[in-house]
Amino acid sequence: MSEHADPNGTSSRELVSFAIGDQDFCMDIMLVREIRGWTNVTMLPHAPSYILGVINLRGAVVPIVDLASRLGLPPLEPTSRHVIIIAVLGDQTVGFLVSAVSDILGAQPSEIQPPPRIASDPTAGFIEGVIASDERMLRILNLASVLPRIQMPETA
Amino acid sequence: MSSLDDIKQMFFLECDELLEALNDGLTDIEASLTSGALDPEVINAVFRNVHSIKGGAASFGLDALVRFSHAFETVLDRMRSGTLTPDEASIRVLHRCADHLSDLVTAGRADESPDIAASGPLLDQLGVLNDIGAVPVAPEPEPEPDQQNDAAPEVPEDTGLSFAPLALGIDLAEPQDQESARRFEVVFTPTESLFATGHDPVHLFRELAALGDLSIKAETDLLPSLEDVTPNIPYLRWRLELEGEASEEDIREVFEFVDGLAELDLAASVANTPPQRENSSPISLGCDGDVIPMQSAPVDGATDPSPETSVHETPGKASDQPVAATKAPKSTVRVDLDLVDSLINIVGELVINQSVLTQSFSEANVANRADIGNSLDEYKSLALQIQDSVMSLRAQSVKQLFQRMARIVRETSAVAGKAVVFETDGEDTEIDKTVIERLIEPLTHILRNAIDHGLETGEDRERLGKPTRGVVRLSATHRSGRVLIEVTDDGAGINRARVFDIAVGKGIVNANAQLSDAEVDRLLFMPGFSTKEAVTDLSGRGVGMDVVRSAIQKLGGRISINSTPGRGTTLSISLPLTLAVLDGMVVDVAGQTMVVPITAVVETIRPTPEDLHHIGASTQVIKVRETLVPIVDLGVAFGYRRGAVPFTDLVLLLIETEQGERWALALDRIIDQRQVVIKSLEGNYGHVPGVAAATILGDGKIALIIDPEETARMAERDPAGLLELAVAGE
Repeated sequence: MSEHADPNGTSSRELVSFAIGDQDFCMDIMLVREIRGWTNVTMLPHAPSYILGVINLRGAVVPIVDLASRLGLPPLEPTSRHVIIIAVLGDQTVGFLVSAVSDILGAQPSEIQPPPRIASDPTAGFIEGVIASDERMLRILNLASVLPRIQMPETA
Repeated sequence: MSSLDDIKQMFFLECDELLEALNDGLTDIEASLTSGALDPEVINAVFRNVHSIKGGAASFGLDALVRFSHAFETVLDRMRSGTLTPDEASIRVLHRCADHLSDLVTAGRADESPDIAASGPLLDQLGVLNDIGAVPVAPEPEPEPDQQNDAAPEVPEDTGLSFAPLALGIDLAEPQDQESARRFEVVFTPTESLFATGHDPVHLFRELAALGDLSIKAETDLLPSLEDVTPNIPYLRWRLELEGEASEEDIREVFEFVDGLAELDLAASVANTPPQRENSSPISLGCDGDVIPMQSAPVDGATDPSPETSVHETPGKASDQPVAATKAPKSTVRVDLDLVDSLINIVGELVINQSVLTQSFSEANVANRADIGNSLDEYKSLALQIQDSVMSLRAQSVKQLFQRMARIVRETSAVAGKAVVFETDGEDTEIDKTVIERLIEPLTHILRNAIDHGLETGEDRERLGKPTRGVVRLSATHRSGRVLIEVTDDGAGINRARVFDIAVGKGIVNANAQLSDAEVDRLLFMPGFSTKEAVTDLSGRGVGMDVVRSAIQKLGGRISINSTPGRGTTLSISLPLTLAVLDGMVVDVAGQTMVVPITAVVETIRPTPEDLHHIGASTQVIKVRETLVPIVDLGVAFGYRRGAVPFTDLVLLLIETEQGERWALALDRIIDQRQVVIKSLEGNYGHVPGVAAATILGDGKIALIIDPEETARMAERDPAGLLELAVAGE
C-alpha cells in the first residue's frame, strides 16, 4: 500500500464522522474547532433557506448552516438533541447542524474512493470522496463547496 | 519583514512623537513671545526633536530629510545658544519647516521620493535666519556646545542632554572653574537591559579614559552570595573618578548611548577641593556650585520613549525633581492594535457572561442566598470597570489631530491672505482612535470654511473695529459620556438672508417658507449647498457641509451650528466616545429582538387611525405635522411576518436620512434603551440587507442592529418584502 498514491499528497487523514438523518458523512478533523449542543439561533432576514441564523460563540457572531437542507436532504427540525459542529474555513467560522457526531477515524488514502458520478443528485457536488466499510458508507464533505462565501449583494 | 524594516518602522513611529513634541515646543515658544517667559529648556527640547529625526534619517539614508533637518537644526541651535532671538516671523518659518519636515517623514515612510522642490524656499529662509544677528545676544556664551556641534554635527550623541543645568543659574559660580582642571565623580549602575541590548561598560570607560585621568573602582557590595545570583541581573556598579579638562557635557555624551539603560550619578567638584561626600545627592545645590544637578528626566523622555529613564540615584523619581521644567511626559508602551481589539472582545464577553450569570441566578430561585447576590454585584461592577479601562485603551488624545488642524489653519490663512490666531483647548481629551482618524476630513473642511467664509478680510475687520487678526478656536471636551468638539470663529456670522436666497435659488426651499434662524442655519447642511458663489481654492470644491454632516453621522455623531451676525459662528460636533458601542433602542419586531441606533430616531409615534392614509395598494403614510411620511413595516421588510398588521397596533419610529428624507418604521414594541456592543456580521457571514451589525444582549442572544436608511430604501424598492424570495432562490 503506497501512501504516495494519494492525489492530495497527504498521508492518513483524520476525519470526524457524523450523521444527518440516516446518512453518514465526515469532514476533516483539522477544520473542526468544537462541537456543541443546539442553542436557539437569531434569524437572519433575507438569508438562504439553509442558513438557520446566527449564534453567539463567545462573543463572535457565527452563522449556522442546516447541512441537511444544504445537501438537498429533508431539513432537520432542530431539538436539544441535535449537535452543532463549529468549523473554521479560512477566516470564516461557521456552525453546521447535524443529527449526531459518531466518532473520529483515520483513513488511508487508498481507502478513499472518488465519489460516484451521479450528476443529478444535489448532494453529489458537495462530496469529495467516499469511504466504504463493511456495513456503512461515509461521504467526505467538501466544506468549501458546501459553503460558498455567503455574501449578499449590496443593496445598491 | 526584515528586522531592518522593523527598526525603520520604529523610527517612523518615533518620528510621529518627535514631530508632535516639536510642534508643541514651537507653539510654546510662540506663546512665550507674548508672555515673555521663554523657558530655555523648550528650545533645547525642540532642537533635540529635530536632531533625533536627523540622526535616525541618516542611518536609513533618507538624504533629503537629513539635509533639511540639518539646516533646521542649525537655526534652532543658534536660538538655543541665544545668538538668535525668536520673533514672530522666525517662528512662522519654523512652523512651516516643521510642516515640511513632517511631509518629508511621510514621504520617507511611504518610500516616495520627497518633495525636494518645496525644501528649497524654506532652506533659503532658514539660511536668512542663520545670518541674522552676528553679535551674540546671550549674557554668557557657552563655548562647549558650539564646539561640539561644529566638530560633529552628524553624530547623534551630541543631542546635548545637559544644557538645562547651565541655564538654570548654577553657572553663575562656574566661570572660574571652567578653565581649571575639574574632577568628576561618576557612579555608574547598569540595569539588566544595558547588557540585554549588547552594551559593554568597558567601552564606555575606555572612552571616558580618553577625556582625562580616570580611576575606576567596581563596587561589589550588592553582589549576593553565589546561590542567590540570578545570572542575567547585573549586581556591579562602578565608581569612576575623572580628572581633567573634560566638561560635564563631555562625560554625559559618553554615556548617552546607554541613556535609560543605566543609572548615572554625576557629581563635579573642583580638583583642589577634596570630595566632601561619598554619596553626593544630586539634588542638593551647593551654593558654590560644586554639585551640578542633573537635568530633569522628562527632557530625556522627549527623545527616549523608555519609561525607565532615570539619571538619578533614586530610580523612577524623575517627576519629583524640583528642576523639572517641562510637563513630565506620560510613560507609554506601544501595543499592537489587534491585541487591544481582541482584549476588548474578550472583555465584552466577560460582561455578557456576567449578565447571563445574573439572569440564571435570578431564575435559579436562590434569592435568599444574599452572599451569592453580593458576589454577583461585585463581579458586575468589576466587569464594568474592566470594560471601561479596556475601552479607554483605544482612546487617544486629540492632540495630534489638533496639531494637524493647526497646520491646515496656517496653510489656509496663508492662501486666503487672512491673519488668523488659532486657539486650541482640551488637547488632552481622549477619543477612540478610529473616530480621530475619521474626524480629520470633516474638521479640515470646517476649519477651511471658517477661515475662508467665516472670517472677514483684515481691512473689513479693521473697519468694523475688530482686531485685524481673526480668531479661530478648536476645542474638545467630554460631556455626559460624549465628546463635544467645537469650532468657533469670530467672523461675520451667517448671513441668513443670503443663505435663504441661495436655498430658494437652488430649489432647496420654497420662497414663501417661513423659517426660523436655526432652520435657515440648517440649510447649510443641505446637499449641494455652497454659499460662496465663486468657488475658491480652499473650500467649496463642489462638496459642502452636507458631506461634513454625513461624515459625522457615520461616526454616530451629531452636528449643529450656532451663529450670531457680526460676532461669529460655532459648529458643535457631538461624538460617541467609541465606535465599539452604540446607543440603541431595543425593540421587538414580530417576535424578534432588534436594535435601532438612537441617533437615527427623530421621534416615536403611536399612530391613530386618523393619521394613517393609504396610497396605492400596499403603501401607507402617516401625517406628521402636515407632512406625509411613508411607513415601513419592519416585520414585513425583514420577512418575519407575511400578513400585514394594522399600524394602529404598532409603534412608529420616525427616522430621518442624511438627505432629509423621512420614514416611519413600524415595529411591535419598544423594550429598552441601552448601550450595546457592536459585533460584525460580515466576518463570518456577509452583509445582510438592512442590517448594520449585530450585538449580544444580556441573555447571551444575538440581536441585529438595523440600518434604518438601508431598510427604508429596500422597502421603497420592494414594499412587499419579495426580496427575500429572490435571495433565497440563490
